[in-house]
Amino acid sequence: MAIIPDKYGRFGQFGGKYAPEILMPAIHELEQAYRAAKKSRPFQQEFLNCLKHFVGRPTSLFFAERLTKTLGGAKIYLKREDLCHTGAHKINNTVGQALLTRRMKKKRVIAETGAGQHGVAVATVAAMFGLEAEIYMGTEDMERQALNVFRMRLLGSKVTGVNSGSRTLKDAISEAMRDWTTNVRTTHYLLGSVLGPHPYPMMVRDFQSVIGRETRKQIIALEGRLPHCLVACVGGGSNSIGLFYPFVKDTQVQMVGVEAGGYGIESGKHAARFAGGKPGVLHGTMTYLLQNEDGQVNPTHSVSAGLDYPAIGPEHSYYHDTGRIRYTSATDTEALAAFDLLAKEEGIIPALESAHAVAEVVKLAPTMKKSQILIMNLSGRGDKDVQQLAKMRGIPL
Amino acid sequence: MSNRIQTTFAQLHSKGEKALIPYIMAGDPTLTMTESLVLALEQGGADLIELGVPFSDPIADGPVIQQAAERALHSGTTLKNILATVANLRKKTSIPLILMTYYNSLMAMGIKDFCANAVDAGIDGLIVPDLPPEESDLLYHATQAAGGPVSIFLLAPTSTAERRRAVIQRSHGFIYYVSLTGITGAKLTDLSLVRQSVQQLQRASRKPVAVGFGIASAEQAREVGRFADGVIIGSALVRYISEHHSSPTFLTNIQGMAQQWKSVLLPVTAKPSAIRSQKS
Repeated sequence: MAIIPDKYGRFGQFGGKYAPEILMPAIHELEQAYRAAKKSRPFQQEFLNCLKHFVGRPTSLFFAERLTKTLGGAKIYLKREDLCHTGAHKINNTVGQALLTRRMKKKRVIAETGAGQHGVAVATVAAMFGLEAEIYMGTEDMERQALNVFRMRLLGSKVTGVNSGSRTLKDAISEAMRDWTTNVRTTHYLLGSVLGPHPYPMMVRDFQSVIGRETRKQIIALEGRLPHCLVACVGGGSNSIGLFYPFVKDTQVQMVGVEAGGYGIESGKHAARFAGGKPGVLHGTMTYLLQNEDGQVNPTHSVSAGLDYPAIGPEHSYYHDTGRIRYTSATDTEALAAFDLLAKEEGIIPALESAHAVAEVVKLAPTMKKSQILIMNLSGRGDKDVQQLAKMRGIPL
Repeated sequence: MSNRIQTTFAQLHSKGEKALIPYIMAGDPTLTMTESLVLALEQGGADLIELGVPFSDPIADGPVIQQAAERALHSGTTLKNILATVANLRKKTSIPLILMTYYNSLMAMGIKDFCANAVDAGIDGLIVPDLPPEESDLLYHATQAAGGPVSIFLLAPTSTAERRRAVIQRSHGFIYYVSLTGITGAKLTDLSLVRQSVQQLQRASRKPVAVGFGIASAEQAREVGRFADGVIIGSALVRYISEHHSSPTFLTNIQGMAQQWKSVLLPVTAKPSAIRSQKS
């Protein structure tokens, strides 16, 4: 398989750098800095060191025995990214980019956040590395994830509400890009997913690939063989690419990405880019995009703020078109049922995002043989969602 | 390939004038009004006009133009009906018209189809703020094959020497110099740096250089007009349109504004007559 992305930041026809001229020199600088850091032993050493002592890696690969029995098929393992410091995989990437920010001698970082997990991870590393941080968040998401807003502020970050457009993740990204355009000389944009102009999709994938590399070692130690199937939820797609990428060349390993089905694909109110989207350009990259026939970006819906985004990482678009990864979706209702199931069967409250992956496991595991191994990325914990859930169920807290 | 944009700049240059380039959002508040606005601006003295194509996620634009895009989308504006409006305008005016559009709108129409349709409608130039030169091959070759519209690229205070060369080479109508590190409608503070960069560009190339982003008053237009070949007025005009479009004297006022801006871009000796005509 060819090395992707190529030097233009292309994954096949997807990816690239569709950014305003003002940002291009900074994007170029970031690319140079990242390529140098990637080859630098001290940088990689420090990255691994932070992951070990600050994030708490490696995270465990947990055999979900009761869930396996209940579903009656494949042996189910959960990669426990929910056990990372701050409660989700997002911190892996923020540690890497914070180190890079320091290397580029920038003192301020900005970021977007949907569910607030990336925002909290940015606020956390900003505090740890002594950087100034400003986090953009759609006002609708701020309501859904009030707890995370408070956490970011406790950590010393400025949280700025974005009131334009759909007031969700996509508008937060637009606003962060505008801030970056204005303050590009002093500020690093700490993008949280495998999105945006090159080198972000490649760089964020590389930082998140620690998930898949650990998983590979762990499953071989535990079972002496590779898994039959990997499952992960896909918003922008960083937790999934982090798990999948180190297995991409193992053609016997199947991979399933789960998008947000919202109220159902037929309702039109969802965030399943491969069910109705077509290639387009948004936020600096060419990829599958939910849009109308005039190219206006469609509003999306998902119960989970972290999956509520109209585009998908360009590398996913490439794997979709080449057929290497199968993409499917889970509705809000399915995700909520899966959320309850995992809580009651395994004593783990998953993030609503990760609950979409659980929903696919519920469908898939029973169709597999008992001798087969299925690994699901439990990308984050659900503490942040408890308030929203109580509200949806009419339970006063 | 001779083009209305190049012809206009050449004519202005021979008269010692600088180009007034107003930007309006097509379809804000309606496309019918857009037609009237183009004609009123031309009457007032605009030399070229930029028509914004509304996009749902305009990352290079400040709040004024974002909101104008939202209003235009709300009134049902699409790239297709903007081109129809331009075709209609072409029966009444030959003023150079430049589309400013995000790349996704072009992709949705299909790059080749767009170029053919734009040429048919009478579009002269094209600015795509999220398409830097390194991603522009496909569009560039399609415009060459269709015989238009010509591409205009942006240069910013952050652009390196290498990037300046690429933009000079690829820009055909004029070079769009972004006067500040920021989004449209931000506050312009340091004109001496702008002057330095524009003059550097003029030494490196014979292509006209127009300056935009943050020029909000006739006073600023006068300052920029002292060194640049053209002055782009965007957010300040878009804001005025949003606040006053229902006034009975709206179009007359717009014409008057254009006249006032143009008067500061005329050669010094011609100014008194321009001011007289404005008063009459």
